[in-house]
Amino acid sequence: MSTTTETTESRSRGKAPAGEKLADWADGRLGIYSLAKANMRKIFPDHWSFMLGEICLYSFLIIILTGVYLTLFFHPSMNEVEYHGSYVPLQGQLMSEAFNSTMHISFDVRGGLLIRQIHHWAALIFLAGMFVHMMRVFFTGAFRKPREVNWLFGFLLFVLGMFTGFTGYSLPDDLLSGTGVRFMEGAILSVPIVGTYLSFFLFGGEFPGGDFVARFYSIHVLLLPGIMLGLVVGHLILVFVHKHTQYAGPGKTNNNVVGMPLFPVYTAKAGGFFFLVFGVIAAIAAIASINPIWSMGPYRPDQVSTGAQPDWYMGFSEGLIRVMPGWEINFWGHTLVLGVFIPLVIFPLVLVAIAVYPFIEAWVTGDRREHHILDRPRNAPTRTAFGVAWITWYMVLLVGGGNDLWATHFHLSINSITWFVRVAFFVAPVLAFIVTKRICLGLQRRDKDKVLHGRESGIIKRLPHGEFIEVHEPLSQDALHTLTAHEQYKPAEIGPTVDENGVERKVKGSEKLRAKLSEAYFGEESQIAKPTVEEYKEITSGHGHH
Amino acid sequence: MSSQDIPEENLPAEQDAHGAVGVADDKDPFADPGLPPHEHRVQDIDERAAKRSERTVAMLFTLSMLATIGFIAAYVGVPHDKAIFVFPIGHINALNFSLGLTLGVALFAIGAGAVHWARTLMSDVEMVDERHPIEAPPEVREKVFDDWKQGAKESAIGRRKLIRNTMLGALTLVPLAGVVLLRDLGPLPGTKLRHTMWRKGLQLVNMNTNEPLRPEDVAVGSLTFAKPEGLEEHDEEFQTEIAKAALMIVRIQPDNIKDKRELEWSHDGIVAYSKICTHVGCPISLYEQQTHHVLCPCHQSTFDLSDGARVIFGPAGHALPQLRIGVNEEGYLEALGDFEEPVGPAFWERG
Amino acid sequence: MKKLSARRRHPLAALVVLLLALAATGGLYAAFAPADKAQADETAQSLTIEEGKKLYAVGCASCHGTGAQGTTDGPSLVGVGSAAVDFQVGTGRMPAQQPGAQIPRKKVIYTQAEIDQLAAYISSLGAGPVVPTKNQYSPEGADIAKGGELFRTNCAQCHNFTGKGGALTHGKFAPSLEGVDPKHIYEAMQTGPQNMPSFPDTTLSEQNKKDIIAYLDAVNGDDTESPGGLELGGLGPVSEGLFAWVFGLGGLIAIAVWLAARTAKAKKS
Repeated sequence: MSTTTETTESRSRGKAPAGEKLADWADGRLGIYSLAKANMRKIFPDHWSFMLGEICLYSFLIIILTGVYLTLFFHPSMNEVEYHGSYVPLQGQLMSEAFNSTMHISFDVRGGLLIRQIHHWAALIFLAGMFVHMMRVFFTGAFRKPREVNWLFGFLLFVLGMFTGFTGYSLPDDLLSGTGVRFMEGAILSVPIVGTYLSFFLFGGEFPGGDFVARFYSIHVLLLPGIMLGLVVGHLILVFVHKHTQYAGPGKTNNNVVGMPLFPVYTAKAGGFFFLVFGVIAAIAAIASINPIWSMGPYRPDQVSTGAQPDWYMGFSEGLIRVMPGWEINFWGHTLVLGVFIPLVIFPLVLVAIAVYPFIEAWVTGDRREHHILDRPRNAPTRTAFGVAWITWYMVLLVGGGNDLWATHFHLSINSITWFVRVAFFVAPVLAFIVTKRICLGLQRRDKDKVLHGRESGIIKRLPHGEFIEVHEPLSQDALHTLTAHEQYKPAEIGPTVDENGVERKVKGSEKLRAKLSEAYFGEESQIAKPTVEEYKEITSGHGHH
Repeated sequence: MSSQDIPEENLPAEQDAHGAVGVADDKDPFADPGLPPHEHRVQDIDERAAKRSERTVAMLFTLSMLATIGFIAAYVGVPHDKAIFVFPIGHINALNFSLGLTLGVALFAIGAGAVHWARTLMSDVEMVDERHPIEAPPEVREKVFDDWKQGAKESAIGRRKLIRNTMLGALTLVPLAGVVLLRDLGPLPGTKLRHTMWRKGLQLVNMNTNEPLRPEDVAVGSLTFAKPEGLEEHDEEFQTEIAKAALMIVRIQPDNIKDKRELEWSHDGIVAYSKICTHVGCPISLYEQQTHHVLCPCHQSTFDLSDGARVIFGPAGHALPQLRIGVNEEGYLEALGDFEEPVGPAFWERG
Repeated sequence: MKKLSARRRHPLAALVVLLLALAATGGLYAAFAPADKAQADETAQSLTIEEGKKLYAVGCASCHGTGAQGTTDGPSLVGVGSAAVDFQVGTGRMPAQQPGAQIPRKKVIYTQAEIDQLAAYISSLGAGPVVPTKNQYSPEGADIAKGGELFRTNCAQCHNFTGKGGALTHGKFAPSLEGVDPKHIYEAMQTGPQNMPSFPDTTLSEQNKKDIIAYLDAVNGDDTESPGGLELGGLGPVSEGLFAWVFGLGGLIAIAVWLAARTAKAKKS
């Protein structure tokens, strides 16, 4: 850049109004204009399901804001003190400072209870939002290239969110959460060889000791949220880089994105949505109690209440541990606590099962192109069936985790529910898979009928020779396009096993597996060939009276 | 993992192979007709409707301001311990309710106003952005690879293997310093999990009355919890000790005790079992006095107290440890030793 | 309920109860009975027992046997005491309608006077825990916080933190303690009905019981404050999770649908 242009530029900038001057100042140091040029009018497609991620983002922000407030009053200490606050049924009781300060926040800090309840409700909604967001991405195939890494970021956020939630839930040192921590200690003890060491290092000695609240505190407020914040930023940057996916429709292709600009429409909508989410959660915190630690009392390792459950996102692990038979093997002076250790191993596997799916699908299809148009779940029957099977699995475990409440509220035997869950753990996902696939294929057939024969209008017409027919209205071109825009893969074949020289090549096991999977995904049993132009023309020309 | 070995023709045709934006013709009735033309909203053509929207948005923002003032008023005016009855919620704290609702309205109204503004007054003409492949064009790829090779060559890392190897060695070792520092997170387990506070001669103290128990205090069908004599709630180590030493005491007609050792270790049908579940350590104490079953409220392990506390249901792997008890000269129940096996959850060294 | 307690407070009824208490237990409880009342009319007492016996023969004997010695369908009632009768019949559990995992609480079909007569008859068969006096179970003068600690040690494992109830094995359950007459709570602790273990005065003193009742009255009474708002059943994280999903996430999704929906278009002219 030459000196002359620079001086003219600075001169022209010098005359600008104050706002522009400030922007110029910032641009000269931060280069904000290039950023703004690329992003200010960035297009976001409008769909309610694209707001699920924002629910998570905003509840995360709300959790951070309220969490910072709570740290101003919370004492992460397990020193025993006597309670002298304003809640009568606990006065004079011995409790840890952690519990005491949580009582103080709840009863003696004005608005403290509200902030505590917002924090906890937002945490439950954060995790629920991530779950639904993840399922939306899964069922629409939004995890496909180029978004696999972002899928993993999101998955990690979900897992870290679970553990941040668990450590936070344990901080008040109340009887319910203490029971959860005890369970965690028992689970750690079950780890072969190093279990006792891990437990002693985590708790600073024997359970409960005097350290875990302080340790969980730094994990809960610093370590895990720090990592999560980094992941959230990365997740958002990738959303900007990739541009948002969109559903098929007229004018929407794999090479464009149709919607509203970031400024002003999405600034207002997304910015407004933050306030809406915060407002709803604040209202919930005003009308519904959450984690009333004063009812539960301070933790004592020799006390317990029935209905001891973790927050919902840990419920499936609770289910795993409840339905596992009590296997224990003793050998050479050692104990292998399979009854606890197997659930501990399956716990991450349940989550990993869904996390690795995108990579399995990519391997089966062998598709290396970018995908920006979302699938309708019915058009990917195997994927959809897998997803529903996974949710079923998760739900069965959730039922197991709340088996005592199912028993009391539906007048069932707790033993029968446990047995039901033991069987359903294996059977229910398979059934869900089969049923979902059938439903998807049925819906595909219906789409095909709609394209070829039009929409059932509900008008019955009598033909001159007395026959009654229902008039089918042909679809608009928009609808025809939308219903036929999806891709259909052909099953991959192993290919010639003999090369051009007549030499037999060895077919690898992985190739065979892939061919089999591909047949299962895209074979005749697994998708309905979408209508072709020829079929359409033949039928429409046959019905000349349309 | 690569797709090279899948023949190209197996991949579906590119999405837009239908043909570019265009009208449906005889060739392709499914062609993309392109973005539908923009239709105006009422607010776009009717200024009165637009004015109404403006007023609604302004009203929402004003509502928010009022709610914030209400929030401050509630903070100042409502006593923090005042209870009110709100139908159908019940008796609740007035301050929490008023602060939460005013804050909720103050926030919600801002959001609702902004969204209503965006939906009714900002342009709703759909716009199109082109996408560009995420991966870089081949020239860029070449350039990066060349730069990388050049840099690697200049650093001579490939040629001077000694530097490379020692550097890798140093980088591998240095984190060990951090790992070593974790050693003092806690003491080594040793045999701590094998022992509790119980020893021969310690009296069984009733948790409720803090008095030592006599055999005649314990009726058939009753349930009592006990701790070792000398352990007081104010003690520094109370939590850690009670986590292992808590006892559950029941009395069963000696004829109904099926396990021989249980009968031997009992006193006249009074049996003392560890209250800590052998599954993951919940205090197990849901005693059904008719069946003598005891259920864990956390994971539903069920033990039969009339049969050596063996597991009859659920995820626990072994029976509850029994404490051998007797009566001392003053007529109080006392322990005749520590538990013979570790209490609580099983662990690798348990054996 | 009110009618019943009104009758229960009838001067004559109180007298009868006191007499029975004396007759049944002697020693330990003698201190509570003023000496002059001990000389009450013996005929009135035997009349009550007589009436109770008649009621017993009609309503109870088919399961518990004609002499209350017990059959395969019902346990022996000798020595269960008047407190057990007052609890079982006074909460409607007895007479049982049908066999099952557990006999549930239901509509009370006897008047308090009839229950007292039954109780008199049963306690005449053998000594057992006696119906407590109002003074014993009223929450006044009790230490609520101590009661809370006792409740968490002895009761919460089955009945939940604040007495909302919980599940036991094979369809049995610990019932909710909401709205249960303090007298019945006291009697349940004394007698250990069905599968509930008993907590006799020797291990859970009278004052302890009073503390527990006072605690329950404070945390699970009609006027108990739930500072945070809706109690959601007081069941802990399961109902909270359900609420967060349905009203929290559900509400937010409804808002998202509104936010992303197309604004109504002007009608085509």
